[in-house]
Amino acid sequence: MSFLDDFLVRAALAGLGLALAAAPLGCFVVWRRMSYFGDATAHASILGVALALGFDVSVFAGVLTTALIMATTVSTLAGRGYAMDTLLGVLAHSALALGLVAVSFLDGIRIDLMSYLFGDILAVSRIDLLLIWGGGLSVLGLLCWRWSALLTTTLNPDLAYAAGLNPKREQLVLTLTLAVVVAVAIKVVGVLLIAAMLIVPAATARNFANTPERMAIAAALTGSFAVLSGLHVSFVTDSPTGPTIVSIAACLFVVASAVGAGLRKTR
Amino acid sequence: MSLISLTDLSVKFGGSTVLSRINLVINKGEIVTIVGPNGSGKSTLLRNVIGALQPTTGFVERAPGLRIGYVPQKLHIDPTLPLTVRRFLSLPKRVSNTRALHALEKAGVSALEQRQMSALSGGQFQRVLLARALLNDPQLLILDEATQGLDQPGSARFYQHIEAVRQDLGCAVLMVSHELHVVMAASDRVICLNGHICCEGAPEHVATAPEYRALFGTGTQGALALYRHEHNHSHDDSVSDHNCAPDETAT
Repeated sequence: MSFLDDFLVRAALAGLGLALAAAPLGCFVVWRRMSYFGDATAHASILGVALALGFDVSVFAGVLTTALIMATTVSTLAGRGYAMDTLLGVLAHSALALGLVAVSFLDGIRIDLMSYLFGDILAVSRIDLLLIWGGGLSVLGLLCWRWSALLTTTLNPDLAYAAGLNPKREQLVLTLTLAVVVAVAIKVVGVLLIAAMLIVPAATARNFANTPERMAIAAALTGSFAVLSGLHVSFVTDSPTGPTIVSIAACLFVVASAVGAGLRKTR
Repeated sequence: MSLISLTDLSVKFGGSTVLSRINLVINKGEIVTIVGPNGSGKSTLLRNVIGALQPTTGFVERAPGLRIGYVPQKLHIDPTLPLTVRRFLSLPKRVSNTRALHALEKAGVSALEQRQMSALSGGQFQRVLLARALLNDPQLLILDEATQGLDQPGSARFYQHIEAVRQDLGCAVLMVSHELHVVMAASDRVICLNGHICCEGAPEHVATAPEYRALFGTGTQGALALYRHEHNHSHDDSVSDHNCAPDETAT
């Protein structure tokens, strides 16, 4: 496994692992208009980092747990007729603020806050890589398994009920996979940019897809391209890697939207 | 054996009772229509039947392995979700190309296979929804105001299609509609709902029932008679003509 000795190879593999898992989940986040939901879950994970360091457990486990709690809280409240927009805005930012405050109380532990807020993909270890690919592949597996049911539920919950499916269970699948992706992504792009990795590739792919499956695949390709070229640009220009990856994804989105609009006009 | 039976079903939202003490049995192959004013609990009743809602009290019993084909009142497809007609037919269960094409042909929309769902007209959309509901070979077809947004001839054609489907598949049909005249003529049994079941029975019985008239007035009688009249000539001579009121059809 000598090729894993190169930190750039490890970074590339970590980024690809995230891009592959985030693509299909990101499509659901876009279709179901849950982008703020992704944000809230991601922002809450900084609290998970603080707790994990405070209680001396693995950061991955801490983040996974808080992300899961946050995602469950939000999806439970979603059914209760609250104004979701406001509620999520409150939860997302208070969780972030609370996390930052909690981190500041961690005496004696030197913690590089920036690396959690914006990721530290160049410092990915072999263990991290194992977690990222393990988590990513489980997310992919779960989504593939429930794909049809998830799609039906997304289209219309009553349609799912009539087909003998349980939309609440499918919602749980999304909640769970979201928490895993957040935990996986924190090392790669950091708390603040996780939602971008979910939404931007999916939104880019929308311009060229005519079925849900093609959109997911196109999103995976877009995300992977953004990761690889982001790494390259950041290596050449010495820019922060996570934000560079997201910036490239954003450029792809702009280009794709322009091309997509052009295509629709000529048709 | 009945396909589905509701026993003493009541539904409360918050403090208010939406449905109270509903008893309803649907048997194989019959067409049952629910009519009722806005807010009378029609959709709530259907959602209990498909299992999307649990009754506050009472029971819903389904025949084991009951296959339901459901055509919702409205289906909003988010513009960010790309979905061809062909792909939609394979939700949630994958169907073969042959079956999908056959279903579209039967619904008279075979040319639309590769079209985006969001690009369909109202009538085409309803036909595709129906084609999808029928693919799973349902024992019970449920239509929730399925002709909303269609014009009069369009919805008349739609219900003729339903009748043909029933003859083909032998499935029972449970539908909700506000187009009383069209729907009632095509039903075996009509249930007049207003929080509770006001009256039920054969269409001609319900149309003359005082409870029904109290809810809908007698204004629809004319149109009902007109439609029923045509209907009688084609294939239903069991319905007597005594409640036809042809003199009202002029208005």
